[in-house]
Amino acid sequence: MTPERAAEPFLLIRNLVKDFDGVRAVNDVSVAINKGEIFALLGSSGCGKSTLLRMLAGFETPTAGEIILAGQDIVGVPPYQRPINMMFQSYALFPHLSVWDNIAFGLRRDGLPKDEIAARVEKMLALVQLSEYGKRKPHQLSGGQQQRVALARSLAKRPQLLLLDEPLGALDKKLRERTQMELVSIIEEVGVTCVMVTHDQDEAMSMATRIAVMSAGRILQVGAPDEIYETPNCRFVADFIGSVNLFNGSVTEDQPDHVIIDSPEGRHYITHGITGTLGMPVAVAVRPEKIAVQAEAPTLEQRANASEHGYNCVQGTITALAYFGNETLYHVQLDTGTTIKVSRTNAARHDAAALKRDQRVYAWWDGADVVVLTS
Amino acid sequence: MNFFKNFFTGRRFVIAVPSLWLAFAFLVPFLIVLRISFAEADMADPFGTLLTVADGVMTLKVKFSNYLFILQDDLYVLTYLSSLKFAAITTALCLIIGYPFAYFMARAKPAIRPVLLMLVMMPFWTSFLLRIYAWKGILANNGILNNFLLAIGAITEPLQLMNTQFSLIIGMTYAYLPFMILPLYANLVKMDVRFLEAAADLGATPFQAFWRVTVPLSKSGIIAGSMLVFIPSVGEYVIPELLGGPDTLMIGRQLWDEFFTNNDWPLASAVTVVVIMLILVPMAIFNKYKAEQEDNR
Repeated sequence: MTPERAAEPFLLIRNLVKDFDGVRAVNDVSVAINKGEIFALLGSSGCGKSTLLRMLAGFETPTAGEIILAGQDIVGVPPYQRPINMMFQSYALFPHLSVWDNIAFGLRRDGLPKDEIAARVEKMLALVQLSEYGKRKPHQLSGGQQQRVALARSLAKRPQLLLLDEPLGALDKKLRERTQMELVSIIEEVGVTCVMVTHDQDEAMSMATRIAVMSAGRILQVGAPDEIYETPNCRFVADFIGSVNLFNGSVTEDQPDHVIIDSPEGRHYITHGITGTLGMPVAVAVRPEKIAVQAEAPTLEQRANASEHGYNCVQGTITALAYFGNETLYHVQLDTGTTIKVSRTNAARHDAAALKRDQRVYAWWDGADVVVLTS
Repeated sequence: MNFFKNFFTGRRFVIAVPSLWLAFAFLVPFLIVLRISFAEADMADPFGTLLTVADGVMTLKVKFSNYLFILQDDLYVLTYLSSLKFAAITTALCLIIGYPFAYFMARAKPAIRPVLLMLVMMPFWTSFLLRIYAWKGILANNGILNNFLLAIGAITEPLQLMNTQFSLIIGMTYAYLPFMILPLYANLVKMDVRFLEAAADLGATPFQAFWRVTVPLSKSGIIAGSMLVFIPSVGEYVIPELLGGPDTLMIGRQLWDEFFTNNDWPLASAVTVVVIMLILVPMAIFNKYKAEQEDNR
C-alpha cells in the first residue's frame, strides 16, 4: 500500500521543544508525516523519541512548538479528547477487566450504544484472532496474545493516529519476527496512520515506511529504510544503523563525476560527486557486506569502479572471525593499525577458499558503494 | 527414634513457635470463654461446673440459656445492632476521609512520602487513652470547639457534643483512620500510573479514570482497610466509655458491665462468643476474597 500523498501532510510537527527541569529532551523537532504511513522514531534510550511520542499522545505538554493533526493544532487538547490512541510499552492492559472489557473501555467512554460497542469489540477480536478469548483476564494470556489485545484496544476507537511505543519490545526474538509482519498487515488493513517508537533498528527497518533517526533530542535523518541505510547523512546515522567502516580523510580531488579522498589507510576513489570542497575533512563509509575479501590480490576485472590506480583496496590480517551460519564476519587489521569489519555470505556449504585467523588478505570495494560523510 | 527425627524437623519447629503462641494466647482463652458461656451463673464459682459425677452417673450439663437470654433480650439485640451500625459508620467515614488522603500520599513526590507516612503514624507515639481524652477537652460544653463557635458568634449557647453519637463517631473515626490509610496507601503507591494514562488515552476523563481504573484496582486495599477498621470498631470499649453517651449502645461496654458490674461471667462469656461470631462473618468474606485474588495471580 502506497501512502497517499496529500498536499498538506496529515501530521505536522513544527519546531517542537520539550524541557525537563532545564534538560532539553526534545530539541527543535520538525517532521511531516503522511496519511497511511508507518513512521518510526528510532534511537537509543534517552534520545527523546518516547518524549516525542508522549507529546503526540498528550501526556507531556511541549515547551514550545506545534503539533498539527489534520489541519488542527492539538497541543492544548487533553489526551482523552485527542483522536489518537496508543499501544503502550508492555501494553498497560487493565488487569481488573476482561479482554472484552479492555477493548470496550474506550468505546464506552464515547457513550456508544451497547449493540454497536458489542459489534465493534467482536470485530476487533476477530481482527487480532482472539475471538475465543474475550472472557479471559489479561494475565491469563501469553505475551503475544496480550500484545494483540493491546493492539485491538488501541484500534477499537478507530483513531486517526495510532501510536506504538516499543510495540514488540516485550516479546522474545522468534515471536517478534512473526509479529512484525502480522502487526504491519493489521495496520495496513485498518489503514491507520501510525507513529512508532523503537530502539530496535530491525523492527524499524522491517515495519516502517519511513524512519526518523533521533539522537540527543534531534532528528538527524528522515527517510525510507533503504535511504537511511544506503545514504546516511552523517557519521551517527551511518554508525547507528547497521555496522559501518569509517575512514577519516580529506578531499584531494573534487570532480563532478568522481572525487578522490586520501586517508591514512589508503586512497579512495568515489564515482559520484559530493558537496564539499578541496581539503575538507570527510569520512568514507563502507558497509561490511560491500567489501570483498580474499587471500590473493584482486584482478582488475574484479575491481570495478576503482579506477586503474589500486585505490579502494587495503591489505591486512584477519584478527577475529565470527561465524553466523548465513554469513561470516571478519575483523581485518590493516597495516596502519585500523581494524575493519568485512562480512561474507556463506553461499556454498563448503568453501574451499575459506579464510582463517591470522591470514593475510586483500579487502576492496566498489567506488560506487561508499558514502562520503561530511558531518 | 526415627519418628522423632522426622517429626522435629526445622520446618515444623519454625511453624510450631507461632502455632503455640496462637494456641496459648488465643485458642485456649477462647475455649475457656466458650466453656464458661455454657455454665450456670454462680457468684462463688464463676466457672461453674459442667461435668459432675454422682452416684456413678456422669452428668454433662451444657446450658444454652445464656444464649437464649441474649437472643430474647431486646437490649442485647439492640446493642449488637447498634455496635454494627457505629462500626459501619466509622468504617465508611474512615474510607471517605482516608481514601483521598492515601491517594495524595501515594501520588506525592517520592521524597516527601516517608514524611507523610510518618505524620499518619505519629499519633501512635502518644497513648491511645490520652488522645481519646483530649477529644473530651475539645468537645465538652466549655471545650475548645464550643468556645470557638461562641467566640465567632456562630452559636449563642454551647452545643451538646459530648456523650452523643456525634462524639462517639468522631472519636472512633479519629482513632481508626490510620488503619484505613496505611493499607490503602500501600496499595495505591504500587499502582502503575500507566493504567491511568491508558485510560486517558482511551477517552476517560480524569474522574472516569479514577472511578473505572484507580478504585477497582485498589479494591483489595479498600477491603483490607475496611476490615482493619470495622472489626475492632465492633467490640470497641474505651471510646464509647469515654466519649459515648446514653444513646450510644456498644457491645464492648455491655460486656464490661456483665463481667465486672453484674459479675455474671457465663452470660458475659456468651455475649463475647456472639461478638466473635459476628466478626467472623466479615472476616470469612474477606478471606474468601483474598483467596480468589491470589488465584487470579
